[in-house]
Amino acid sequence: MNNAAADPYAWLLALPVLLPLLGAAVTVIGSRSPTLQRVVGIVVLLAVSAIAGVLLVVSDGTGPIVAPLGGWAAPVGIALVADRLSSLLLLVSTLVTLAVLVYAIDQRIADYGRGTASTTFHPMYLMLSAGVSLAYLTGDLFTLFVAFEIMLTASYVLITRRTSAQKIRAGMTYVTVSLLSSLLFLTAIALVYAATGTVNLADLAGRVAQLPPGLATVLGLMLLLVFGIKAAMVPLHFWLPDSYPNAPGPVAALFAGLLTKVGFYAMVRTQTLLFPRDDPWTLLLVIATATMLVGALGALAQNDINRLLSFLLVSHIGFMLFGLAVFDAAAVSGAALYAAHHITVLATLFLVSGLITRRTGTVLLDRMGGLLRTAPWLAALYAIPALTLAGVPPTAGFVAKLALLQAGAAAGPWPTVVAGVVIVASLLTLYALARVWVRVFWGAPKAALPDDDPDDEVLVGTSRTPMPMFAATAGLVVVSLAIAAFAGPLTAVTGRAGVDLLDRDPYLVAVLGSGGDR
Amino acid sequence: MTAAEPERVPFEEWDRPQEGWLLSGRCRDGDDRTLLLEVATRTLFPTMLVFSLYLLLVGHYSPGGGFSGGLVAGLAFVLRYTAGGDVGLGAVVTVRPPVLIGSGLTISVLTALVPLALGAPVLSSAKLEVVLPLVGSVSTQTSLLLDVGVYVLIVGVVLDLLRSLGSGIARDMRDAGERF
Repeated sequence: MNNAAADPYAWLLALPVLLPLLGAAVTVIGSRSPTLQRVVGIVVLLAVSAIAGVLLVVSDGTGPIVAPLGGWAAPVGIALVADRLSSLLLLVSTLVTLAVLVYAIDQRIADYGRGTASTTFHPMYLMLSAGVSLAYLTGDLFTLFVAFEIMLTASYVLITRRTSAQKIRAGMTYVTVSLLSSLLFLTAIALVYAATGTVNLADLAGRVAQLPPGLATVLGLMLLLVFGIKAAMVPLHFWLPDSYPNAPGPVAALFAGLLTKVGFYAMVRTQTLLFPRDDPWTLLLVIATATMLVGALGALAQNDINRLLSFLLVSHIGFMLFGLAVFDAAAVSGAALYAAHHITVLATLFLVSGLITRRTGTVLLDRMGGLLRTAPWLAALYAIPALTLAGVPPTAGFVAKLALLQAGAAAGPWPTVVAGVVIVASLLTLYALARVWVRVFWGAPKAALPDDDPDDEVLVGTSRTPMPMFAATAGLVVVSLAIAAFAGPLTAVTGRAGVDLLDRDPYLVAVLGSGGDR
Repeated sequence: MTAAEPERVPFEEWDRPQEGWLLSGRCRDGDDRTLLLEVATRTLFPTMLVFSLYLLLVGHYSPGGGFSGGLVAGLAFVLRYTAGGDVGLGAVVTVRPPVLIGSGLTISVLTALVPLALGAPVLSSAKLEVVLPLVGSVSTQTSLLLDVGVYVLIVGVVLDLLRSLGSGIARDMRDAGERF
């Protein structure tokens, strides 16, 4: 059944990558026409969202969809593969990308008028989207590297574009760490290729099993290290709270929503497919515990709202790592659900933080106050995602966390202990977010501070916030609520995704036409 | 907070090529001139462009391809810039580099997409036999178009680098009253 080319939906698979690339090309050519850039960006991302939705429905119904590039079947050629996990994350990521783009466009229009646009923003934004799509869809280790490079190169531009020297310096931390991890990734790929002679993920699954156990462990740890840097797991997280808060609001939201989760997705994909194990992974359990606690405790010490959110982001990466560390179908599916929820809620919170900063003119919590009275809508927009992130029932965060806790408690004594840490970290998250609530929304209203950096892209301390910026943020809140409302079907999908990931055979059969025990 | 116009140069104009690298009777600052390099460039520039096209065309079966061809062509422009400075490029390149980059990318992506419309997997290529006058029968692949896109893209990138890191810096230095 290795006639994957005959898959009726295979033609859809390349479009989430090629359409944003084409959009990037068109927006570069049309860099004089802001309206064209905006329309192209939104249309492309709408189309990719629709395609991702179709891919999710089809892959959930009939199993993974495979598209061999150029007609060269795997393992010789490069294959694009969409299974339940990748389609789900692709769908959620694209919706977030779309909402953040709408927000960014309206911010630009509100601050600089309709007639101006940046020559680099739209092309780079779509380029990043293409890289993210490719990372989700590729079935090939080297193409995964290429996808990361596309994504990261675009992000280097977005984080250092039109900003102050001090922020560029913070951006350089991000660039340096990312380059280092890319270098490690390339080294790991070279080692994998030297040991096995292939970079096709499905083919690797069979060949890694034949390697000496020590060698396989080293390769597995190298890939864990590489994706650990990208996913910001403790102790490799140090770059994140230093760099994300310095990015312009929408860009920070995009990065916080997508980039670390793409790293986590790559980690899940490689570890479950190439290095399967039967028992919980003690090392990763320890790392997950450290990540949850360091992130949550770090968040408590912050006065800068964006740094606080960045630490919470790190903390909640630990929740997902916990799901992977337990290494059974229920836990991995819980982690998948958590990733989908995390992408939306973190992007929403960073967008809300952008709206708050826009109104108050500062990111420092002790300089703001009383927004509940002056901007009640903003309070609602903050409260819902904050409760979701903290995991208060009946939000999506609760559903995802419950799945993780149940899986952890069923997996043995140590996972049960770490599940206790999950609860502690959730409470700390709630405390940190409640602290933001008290500082920002309660108290006497304070006057907006003047923009301390009027030359950069983002104007703050203005009361003019156009409706579409609220609407884009509210749209993400709705997505997050929809995850809670459709928790039943979604849990079923991620449940099947978890079973598939641990079983490996559906993926292997779809790509290679034969099972894993060759 | 007023919504100030962010760009110093008018938005429509800031990235239009204004420098010219064509060697002509005019020259940039007289004492910066290297006669030997300028004369050599007159010979090398067209030769390098032809060689880059050669690399582009033989790329499918021999060493070469759109990337290396584009780089050689880009180097030809770098040489021209080194010899001619930032005065008078207009006569050589009137297209804005971003347009070149975008066009190259468009050509490549469309080449990847066309097979889909014909019912083949994405990025498929087919053998192409063309009979050209004087040359005779030429065999190539449709993936040559992808290489053409890459070639244009790379030339655009090199020109963009020259504009921003080369003549852009030179202009800033001149504005600040400095010299190389």
